[in-house]
Amino acid sequence: MHIPDGYLGPATCGFFYVAMLPIWTAASRIVKKTLSARQVPLLAIGAAFSFVIMMFNVPIPGGSTGHAVGGVLVAILLGPWAACIAITVALVIQALLFGDGGITAVGANCFNIAFVLPFVGYYIYKTISYNAPIDSNRRVIAAGIAGYVALNVAAAFTGVEFGMQPLLHKTASGQALYCPYGLKVALTAMVGEHLLIFGLIEAIVTALVIKYLQRQAPELL
Amino acid sequence: MKITTKFWIGLIILIALTPLGLFLPEHFKSGAAWGEWENKAIQKLLGYIPKGLEKLSRLWNAPLPDYAFKGWEEKGLTHLSLAYIISAIFGIGITVLVIFLIGKVLVKKRD
Repeated sequence: MHIPDGYLGPATCGFFYVAMLPIWTAASRIVKKTLSARQVPLLAIGAAFSFVIMMFNVPIPGGSTGHAVGGVLVAILLGPWAACIAITVALVIQALLFGDGGITAVGANCFNIAFVLPFVGYYIYKTISYNAPIDSNRRVIAAGIAGYVALNVAAAFTGVEFGMQPLLHKTASGQALYCPYGLKVALTAMVGEHLLIFGLIEAIVTALVIKYLQRQAPELL
Repeated sequence: MKITTKFWIGLIILIALTPLGLFLPEHFKSGAAWGEWENKAIQKLLGYIPKGLEKLSRLWNAPLPDYAFKGWEEKGLTHLSLAYIISAIFGIGITVLVIFLIGKVLVKKRD
């Protein structure tokens, strides 16, 4: 889901950098108000967790690969704004040092993975687990559904961004300038593979850790 | 044991396991993620490389491209796994450092 340099045209790249500015500003303002010094190590662990989970490339046999993000878990434990900061840091370092995700696409990648994903996941979790006791199974199920849906919604945004490129940029002879695949192909591919496999991984990871924390550290939930 | 200590231990275990992210795709003959192809692969798929894509794709030379050392691409999975783990340690170390710096700037001590 890390869009590389070259797949999005300048208009899309610029748009998402501009879109992320107020989100990053709000995130720092809100985290400043709500996060205590005691929680900073947890935020670092969250960012590290997301970083390492994204390195576990999961294969579709004979096809492509993908991965979970771990970001829904961070959002459940620290809130979506703190998760936004944690995942942003992981994504920027992945782009700068490892070329995983483009420099020009940092805005778009952060929008999909560090904004859409934690927010969708957080609110689904909160809705389904509303009024549930800390140790209830409903929380585990809520975490799983939140992980599954959030990763797929983020993948859908990514698919739309890829798929819009042929509409926005074309040479006179009709060749693509950036991502060559239109909405139908890009959206089907991105959402299809996440519905099929990668979403399940995010669901399992999120649900298992919540289940573990119910016993080991209920105060975090 | 404090829960944060358990989390750190969990992270170290995950870092040690990251080469699974190389071995599993290799075993199941899976290629790049959708939309993250190398230029060579695009040439194969389309018969050409989109001009804008070719230009932008050369924009940034990451020091550890694809979590590997430059020139190690042909070295085989054992070497690549080592590079992968070192990349994980390095990347996660910097990530943690940046978050602590952000924490210093943003979060006031209240407790």
